[in-house]
Amino acid sequence: MGALGVLIFIVLICLCAPLYAHYWAHVNPFSSNISGRIFINGHWRSVIQSNSTGYGESPIGPTWHINNYFLGADSQGRDVFARLLYGGRDSLLIGTASALICVFFATISGLAAGYFGGVIDWIVSRMLDITWAFPVYLLAISLSVILVTAGFSVGPIHVQAGSLLLPIIIIALIYVPYVARPLRGIVMTLKEREFIQAAIGSGASDWRILRKEILPNVAPSIIVFFPLMVAFNMLTESALSFLGVGVQPPNASWGTIINDGLELLYTRPWVAMAPGLMIVITAGALNLLGDGFRDAFDPKAKLRGSI
Amino acid sequence: MPDSPILSVQDLQVTFATRQGPLRAVDGLSFDVAPKEVVGIVGESGSGKSVSMYSVLGLVRDANVQINGSVKFQGREILGLSDQEMQPIRGGEIGMIFQDPMTALTPVYTVGWQIAEQLRAHSGMTKQQARERAIELLGEVGIPDPRKRVDRYPHEFSGGMRQRVVIAMALSCNPKLLIADEPTTALDVTTQAQILDLMLKLQDSYNSSIVIITHDMGVIAEMAHKVVVMYAGRPAEIGPEIDVVRNPRHPYTWGLLGAVPRVESRNDRLTTIPGNAVSPLDIPEGCAFADRCEYRMDICTKRPQLKGTNSHLDACWLSDEQRLTIRSKAVR
Amino acid sequence: MLSFSLRRILSAVLVLFAISIAVFLIFFATPGVDPAARIAGRSASPATLAHVRAAFGLNRPIFIRYLLMMDHLFIKRDLTSYVNVGLKVVPQVLKAAPITLALVSGAAVIWLVVGIFGGIIAAANRGKFIDPLVMFIGIAAVSVPAYWLGEVVNLITQSRLHSSLFSWVPSGGYTPFTQNPWQWALHLLFPWLTLAALYAGIYARVLRAELVNAMNEDYVRTARAKGLSERRILIRHALRCSLVSIVSLFGLDFGALIGGAALLTEVVFGLQGVGMLTYTALQNLDLPVIMACVLYGSFFVVLANAVVDILYAFLDPRVRVA
Repeated sequence: MGALGVLIFIVLICLCAPLYAHYWAHVNPFSSNISGRIFINGHWRSVIQSNSTGYGESPIGPTWHINNYFLGADSQGRDVFARLLYGGRDSLLIGTASALICVFFATISGLAAGYFGGVIDWIVSRMLDITWAFPVYLLAISLSVILVTAGFSVGPIHVQAGSLLLPIIIIALIYVPYVARPLRGIVMTLKEREFIQAAIGSGASDWRILRKEILPNVAPSIIVFFPLMVAFNMLTESALSFLGVGVQPPNASWGTIINDGLELLYTRPWVAMAPGLMIVITAGALNLLGDGFRDAFDPKAKLRGSI
Repeated sequence: MPDSPILSVQDLQVTFATRQGPLRAVDGLSFDVAPKEVVGIVGESGSGKSVSMYSVLGLVRDANVQINGSVKFQGREILGLSDQEMQPIRGGEIGMIFQDPMTALTPVYTVGWQIAEQLRAHSGMTKQQARERAIELLGEVGIPDPRKRVDRYPHEFSGGMRQRVVIAMALSCNPKLLIADEPTTALDVTTQAQILDLMLKLQDSYNSSIVIITHDMGVIAEMAHKVVVMYAGRPAEIGPEIDVVRNPRHPYTWGLLGAVPRVESRNDRLTTIPGNAVSPLDIPEGCAFADRCEYRMDICTKRPQLKGTNSHLDACWLSDEQRLTIRSKAVR
Repeated sequence: MLSFSLRRILSAVLVLFAISIAVFLIFFATPGVDPAARIAGRSASPATLAHVRAAFGLNRPIFIRYLLMMDHLFIKRDLTSYVNVGLKVVPQVLKAAPITLALVSGAAVIWLVVGIFGGIIAAANRGKFIDPLVMFIGIAAVSVPAYWLGEVVNLITQSRLHSSLFSWVPSGGYTPFTQNPWQWALHLLFPWLTLAALYAGIYARVLRAELVNAMNEDYVRTARAKGLSERRILIRHALRCSLVSIVSLFGLDFGALIGGAALLTEVVFGLQGVGMLTYTALQNLDLPVIMACVLYGSFFVVLANAVVDILYAFLDPRVRVA
């Protein structure tokens, strides 16, 4: 329950960021503000200051004033806290949307393979095998390298380079086998059960059996998998963004902010620490939620080994 | 006392705390097992017969279980002993045979290894000695070519053969008492008879007492000296086998005996006990069987005590005359 | 057993073949972009482009292109980076591999020990406070992005506490084992711990779940009725049976990490392994290198899959006959 509360809180503060963030930040979190100045503790201070050593410059550190560079600035002089909230929107969006797409395709392929068997099962299973055999990150990276920088167009579908859709689709697709494989197994055992056999014997159409008998029975497992997949996908997104092949500027996500903070790690650690903490808390809450769902709906659900 | 009992169970109560309230799995079970005696515990599934015997060995691992009463093994109280204190008794003094031989053996070890493991846990045998003894035991329980079979894995045996392995294991340390939990239920009919014969034969040579749990009156008639009939966790009737089978006193026992197909019976139809076994979550205050009983009376809302003559006891409000009338009507 | 292994290896080879096609298609047949421009890198001269077209047969049918590519990769092994001119790709990968291997093997030892120990402790103490505690630490470990954890470690050991507690920590990089085993271990210690944290969390959780299931199995009841000690039941019976799934998990994870999944840890700690090679190539959009790295990675994942299945048969006698 605590996990759910934390999760709702994070989702709310991130989703509502456009409503209040500018009151706090006073600057656009997406455009650089190198020459900006802020009034803090009775002094005007530059957002980017020269180092005391005289070499180079560093952004202002955390002011701990909620409405004024709470967590300091990044090297572009942007308010880290505001970026954190906006970045959370993208991280959560990508995590959730890709989990939805992933579970959707996984359910279709898992159900089709498990229920129809035969040629369909063979084809789907081989495709899953091959995707499975790729190192997940490398597959995501290769797809991202090709697609994210150049965009994608097939026939009428045209996705622009740098669009958020690209990481969503890529992350969704690479994890399909993780969900589809256990679902296929569940459907195969379900199919042997009396009530399904009875439905088949009574001449119900495949579509009806899938919809009315099979789907309700795999739904608990899907519910258990979903929060785990969101957590998984968020972590993957952050890793891809960290590597520069996920979310593209000017958009931000927690992963890209960690990447921004890498060069400031020893001087202004909060730039990298804060988004990492957000990821840990969110993913941790999602995992706890998954555990709770598992206990409540389907104690036997297994995703990747036994998690 | 000429024959002090090997096992003496007094007023055993097993209660599980569940979300729907306390679940009385066993309620007031008492019986003795004399040396070399075969006691049969019979009842429908859910009647608490297995749970009661698991409690005796401390094998009920539920955290929400409460076990009261007394279980004396060779005069020593063993209820409530720690796992460590129970270790020499389990497998050493009391052997156990389980219902499903398919899952009772650890799949990743050879049968010989598993028998030897038990031998080595209870005696100072070397690996080699334990292995030789395991081969002997496999031979005794009728496994052909035991020297070769000793290195096979459980999945390479048939159900009946696996049950023989389990029996060999249970007997390996010459236990004083053997508890057999539905040892033949999972097997096909021909194998069932063989396993029962084997158990009787071994009981003879090993001089052990047996408690056999079953829902099959046929098994009781073949094996038991004494019968405990259980319903909804309570003993309904206890007595010598010959009395209980020839002259059953409790309506539930009548039902159980009627449920056994008999070749000499003129009645082609199988009589069954009407209704379903009572849910252990809401056992009535009075007689637990009352709801399904044809001869229910007003007084049945009060709980009957076990009473009777000599060693034949039953828990029913019917008077002797009533029973006589009912039974004489039944014999057409 | 032998025929089982042979069949498994054959299917692994088939999967590898399929993967090479998939990789080839991702890099050379995605619609929309000129593959020659991709291979040659950003701002390549027309001469280079022409050279690339000829070398990879880009105007010839697609299966010829595939064969040419495989020829460059495996037979001639002369695939060259056009970004870092003249750099041969295959030797680069082979040079980086031992570093990745050292990183992953060390981490694997740590996470197996910690994970298995944690799982056993949690399962053995079910119902006491230590079980949820271990599980909570496990959840925390699986929720931390590995690269970020690496940064936290760097921040603490290299900056904040470097002058006091962690003055002995070397400043990143790698020392070969043959040169100085002590420095080798010292350089790898924190990368090992960082990489191991996530997997230790996963394994502790998986093993606990498996053990709890196993402890409800009939054979555990039998073992208890045999008069074995609780410790022996847990270790020799429940753990031994749960090990099967741990081993299969381990094989897959180990393969994936050797295959490049450790790249984030390598990047954060400046280890010049295969992952780092991929990362650098990514920064420069150096396609030939990326492609070689991906294929190299898949090779280890497929190999690990095959080894796992064969090991599985060793561990679980029931699989052998099937």
